[in-house]
Amino acid sequence: MMTPMPAWRMVPREQPAVKALAAVPLVTIGLTILCSVILFTALGSSPSVVLYNFFVDPFTSAYNIGELLIKASPLILIAQGLAIGFRARIWNIGAEGQLTIGAIAASLIPITWSRSESALILPAMILLGATAGLAWAGIAAFFRTRYNANEIIVTLMLNQIAFQLLYYLVTGPLRDPMGFNFPQSAPFPDAALYPPLFSGAGVRANLSVLITILVSLAAWILVSKSFSSFRLLVGGIAPNAARYAGFSGSRAIWISLLVGGAAAGLAGVGEIAGPIGKLQRILSPGYGFAAIIVAFLGGLHPLGIVMAGLFMAVIYIGSDSAMLAADIPTSAPVVFQGFILVFYLAAHVFVRYEFRRGSSLAPGRRT
Amino acid sequence: MIDPAKPRNDAVGDAERTCSPALLEMIGITKCYPAVVANDGIDLQVRPGEIHAILGENGAGKSTLMKLIFGVATPDGGEIRWKGQPVSMENPATARSLGIGMVFQHFSLFETVSITENISLTVPGTLQDLSGRIRRMSEEFGLPINPDALVHNLSVGERQRVEIIRCLLQEPELLILDEPTSVLPLPYVRQLFATLRRLAERGIAILYISHKLEEIREICHRATILRQGRVRGTVDPARTSASELARMMIGREIPHARHKRASRSGRVHLRVADLSYNDPDPHSVDLKQISFEVRAGEVFGIAGVSGNGQFALARLLSGEETLPAEESGRIVLFDKPIGSMGAEDRRARGLAFVPEERIGRGAVPDLSLSQNVLLTGHRKGMVRRGFIRRRQRDRFAERCIDEMDVRCAGHRAPATSLSGGNLQKFIVGRELLLEPTTFVVSQPTWGIDVGAAALVRQRLVDLRDAGNAIVVISEELEELFEISDRMAVMYEGRMSVPVATTSVRPEQVGQMMIGHFDAAAPRQTA
Repeated sequence: MMTPMPAWRMVPREQPAVKALAAVPLVTIGLTILCSVILFTALGSSPSVVLYNFFVDPFTSAYNIGELLIKASPLILIAQGLAIGFRARIWNIGAEGQLTIGAIAASLIPITWSRSESALILPAMILLGATAGLAWAGIAAFFRTRYNANEIIVTLMLNQIAFQLLYYLVTGPLRDPMGFNFPQSAPFPDAALYPPLFSGAGVRANLSVLITILVSLAAWILVSKSFSSFRLLVGGIAPNAARYAGFSGSRAIWISLLVGGAAAGLAGVGEIAGPIGKLQRILSPGYGFAAIIVAFLGGLHPLGIVMAGLFMAVIYIGSDSAMLAADIPTSAPVVFQGFILVFYLAAHVFVRYEFRRGSSLAPGRRT
Repeated sequence: MIDPAKPRNDAVGDAERTCSPALLEMIGITKCYPAVVANDGIDLQVRPGEIHAILGENGAGKSTLMKLIFGVATPDGGEIRWKGQPVSMENPATARSLGIGMVFQHFSLFETVSITENISLTVPGTLQDLSGRIRRMSEEFGLPINPDALVHNLSVGERQRVEIIRCLLQEPELLILDEPTSVLPLPYVRQLFATLRRLAERGIAILYISHKLEEIREICHRATILRQGRVRGTVDPARTSASELARMMIGREIPHARHKRASRSGRVHLRVADLSYNDPDPHSVDLKQISFEVRAGEVFGIAGVSGNGQFALARLLSGEETLPAEESGRIVLFDKPIGSMGAEDRRARGLAFVPEERIGRGAVPDLSLSQNVLLTGHRKGMVRRGFIRRRQRDRFAERCIDEMDVRCAGHRAPATSLSGGNLQKFIVGRELLLEPTTFVVSQPTWGIDVGAAALVRQRLVDLRDAGNAIVVISEELEELFEISDRMAVMYEGRMSVPVATTSVRPEQVGQMMIGHFDAAAPRQTA
């Protein structure tokens, strides 16, 4: 009896394919672009206009490049912090909430001293914002280490608490008394705003870009050279080996969540002390969630994250401009991010598995 | 097909075994992996009713060959013939449908359900019907088990019987056994051999993979010896001496550990007093009032079938599991209570530990050997102000590779690329370079080849001779008799009173391993 079986089978690779690993971001981005073009064309937009607006327009003016940097900056900053935890398999999904809490805490200073011109005001905001984000993430670390509560759930729920707290504050205690009942705080004094990098050029890119570059450099050095980062890595990829070595599991949880929280809090300061200039109901277009994608697209490597953050920012800027020029829907950037995540995960399957044609022609067994 | 009522194959004589046509034939089989040629032109013939040993060190290509036969991997060259017909083994299902069964070294049974339910996952039939067939099969072949028993209550020997019966129910003509005695205590080994002989008499061919020479000489009709992926000869093991087999297998004589008499006068390094521990895992054994001490200059052996509490004991000694502060004094290192101390602190006090699992516990599989050195060796000048000093780290790794003769592609090679024996040499070497004064080693030579095992044992004895205290937890009695000065046996979470190795015989310890703790002390009770 002959049984032909011309089906494709998934076979785990004997060793990870290095070439495939390198190809993952390229394949992901390529397929994302392809599918987006198909989708937007189906919606009646001209693909060349969409593509031009997505990928060329963001680079056409100094203003646009400035916008690109200002969008990329919080994404990269948050992703650098999250990646430290992700390498240790600690899943902080609450960066958006940590960003919100960091922004709220930092805003208390310019709201309290609204006429101050002190040079200390900005450093104090940075410190307070980062600390508040860190403390907010610390709640999840506490519940995880003390009660073994899953940090994904806790950080996710803490997001909602942070949002509600923000809504309460901007509609109540922190609302601008002169603001015609708009749910927002009084605008911050100049001393509480990040100075622009290129003064007078009309470019909005500010100090936050420099902070992000410094944080990325620090992350790179720590990840590649520090013993702490080695401990975290081992805890993530081989928990039993970490236990055997005596690396503390709860320490890994604390470090991962606190660093991620501080980075998100810092990004929150960058928003209120940057383009927004006050506390309001909407602080971020989902940077805290998009940063998760940035972290993975960048291969959890500090340099990769910088590239991935820039790419993601191109999408934000590009979809804004494409919305105007090619009349695509407002949900375009979210669709785009969804494409990236799905294709990234799909591409990763090929790194770990290969597909073989199963043509088994086994003679049947004698009975 | 095994049909107890069928008389044909009841006695396969020597003549039939040697003259009958081959059941399985491999011609020029080659399998290459990126780094090595695992099988290089292997020729092998297995005839019905013969017990055929595949003998070789770890890394010699035995496992690869079995994977090819069982369809887990496909050969790059050569031909496999089954009853004279060329076949291609696409996957284990193909192999099974041809009539090949395999009992793996590590069992794959679900703990929480019964034997019958486990078997019903792969063998068709109603539970009731299966239960009857299992019972008949177990009587027929001397494999006593109760089909309704839950697997987590079974001893290792019983679990193996379940695996064998599972294979037999599929009516194989060729049964592959991978290191079947590596987990069995002596009395069970006897039973297993009786079963295997009975199966062979029924005409079933058995491929017996092992590196235990005496066993092979006792039970196998023929032995094919592999070394470095090639066949080095096929012999009649009963007519070949053990040293001759060993020479073919490793290419030189087996070194034995030199063993001086231990001095019992040394200072007590490690003392365990009245240690009890409730394992949170309900399927594991709790430790009950364990007490022993280990002095400078002695090797203390802990024998016993695995699963009798050794796992928990090792973790408590290493610091992977800690005791609450008030019980810290149950484990004392140099008069200092360490029971509540973590692994890093214990290591700083001179206690090193080698776990039985190399991959994922003793070493991180995806990291390089250099990075794996950091795991426990970071105190040896490899970290300054929180930053890793690569040169020191790499030098340490190279020294470790050198001193233990680790075969690898250098210190940048990932731990997974090493064979079991080489990785074990690396881990033992790494811990020895920490210069421990108290060394706890769990299953030092589990599944590693004779040459590597001899080297590891010799290093342990050398460390002892330098005045250090050593605890060896091992299932291999021969090993404990070779290197330990005193030994105790663990059974169901209890430990026997330690005895001097020279005052007991292996048979007595074998009895202790199945719970008869008084077997070694008849004179004391008289």
